[in-house]
Amino acid sequence: MAVQVLIPTPLQKFTNDEASASVDAASVDALIDALDARYPGLKGRLCDESGKLRRFLNVYVNSEDIRFLDNQATALKDGDEVSIVPAVAGG
Amino acid sequence: MNVTATLSRSTFAGPTFTGLRCKECGHAYEPGARHVCEDVCFGPLEVVYDYEAIKNRVSRATIEAGPASIWRYRDFLPIEGDPIDVGTGFTPLLKANNLAKRLGLKSLYIKNDGVNMPTLSFKDRVVSVALTRARELGFTTVSCASTGNLANSTAAIAAHAGLDCCVFIPSDLELGKVLGTLIYNPTLMAVKGNYDQVNRLCSEVANTYGWGFVNINLRPYYSEGSKTLGYEVIEQLGWDLPDHIVAPLASGSLFTKIRKGFDEFIKCGLVDDKPVRFSGAQAEGCNPIATAFREGRDFITPVKPNTIAKSIAIGNPADGPYAIDIANTTGGNIADVTDAEIVDGIKLLAETEGVFTETAGGTTIAVLKKLVEQGKINPEERTVAYITGNGLKTTEAVVDAIGQPYTIEAQLDSFNAAWQQAQAAQAQG
Repeated sequence: MAVQVLIPTPLQKFTNDEASASVDAASVDALIDALDARYPGLKGRLCDESGKLRRFLNVYVNSEDIRFLDNQATALKDGDEVSIVPAVAGG
Repeated sequence: MNVTATLSRSTFAGPTFTGLRCKECGHAYEPGARHVCEDVCFGPLEVVYDYEAIKNRVSRATIEAGPASIWRYRDFLPIEGDPIDVGTGFTPLLKANNLAKRLGLKSLYIKNDGVNMPTLSFKDRVVSVALTRARELGFTTVSCASTGNLANSTAAIAAHAGLDCCVFIPSDLELGKVLGTLIYNPTLMAVKGNYDQVNRLCSEVANTYGWGFVNINLRPYYSEGSKTLGYEVIEQLGWDLPDHIVAPLASGSLFTKIRKGFDEFIKCGLVDDKPVRFSGAQAEGCNPIATAFREGRDFITPVKPNTIAKSIAIGNPADGPYAIDIANTTGGNIADVTDAEIVDGIKLLAETEGVFTETAGGTTIAVLKKLVEQGKINPEERTVAYITGNGLKTTEAVVDAIGQPYTIEAQLDSFNAAWQQAQAAQAQG
């Protein structure tokens, strides 16, 4: 169940400057744990103490915000693309 | 322009900002091109100033002696050297007696950024600051994700500054906004998706291209430009604060920066402190902040926009939680209105005050009306409504809701007949 994850620049210091990673995970929660296993400390950046994604981070599965899906329980399947994007201003 | 640039230079005693700081956890960063708290919590970064230095340097008199642009407030803005001065800012604050009477208010003002320079929206303020800083940080290409107005402004000011420009918009924008970008000859990417999808793409582009994205890696500097909408209103009210402001909410950034502008002038002794209520306006078709406010939440549930108010159609507003906090702590409100009410708002402002605004302004006027009707704005309050864009950019929104010309022959008889028709139509109301 390989999923491609796009890593934002601020997190690439954890991933040896890699901008993407291929990870086996069946849900967004599992993906966060898998990333943390490979890049220790990453989960502490993505999530608060209770394991909830930080409120200024957006996570998308195949371009869809996971808040329109099942949040961190959102299921992943082979070939999915996951983007982690810090919130930005705009207009 | 030369005159104002020279004046700005001669009165500038060096930068007053010292770095960046996370708005959530307070972690400090060097003042480079970064926008999130990458070492700790991913909160947004804000510019840190030396307010003692500003206070020692600035007075009402020094500001009044400055150029008639946002750069009269340059000591409060995060730039190091000469600004890119395209005459941005110092737009009219109109006493709106006719609209006030219609709504039942005693003291209403319109801050009209629909005539801002160079591209007729408040975005010229933020872009003037962002591109000045972009140049200082060594960027040669600038970019943005935009609902239209920001694209216009970035493309125009980049052209003036000689910077390369590539901007991203949703592909369904109004023709006026597309044309008003292309005329400056940037590279324009019309993305098949809504603004939030455009923004996500741009975040990924920003990761791999070394560009200055005004609303992404330059965001801390960019957003500071909106403070000038606070400063100007204070100065134009004769160095006084209003009692109540109403402003449109898209990402929520403008709202928070008007508050910051008021706070900074209070902090530096330029205006007497008093409570100001902050009320925000959204379209019902994109109302994540209004919904959270109504439900008493401090977090935002994103929505997928579906409204004619495209310029404020941000379904996932980054500064939404801060906007809610300001409305709550100041005793203000956040309300939403339908597309039909937005069109009526545009027409009402035009017919009563001679100001033709775009859909965001229609939203603001419609919410102003709604809050007055609900008793949430006291008629005695000195109220300022922020009009942030120009109606000529979104003519599609009103084309079916306004009258038609009488086409006549160049003969008096033809005019007489048409005039009778017109008067009959007017009598019917």
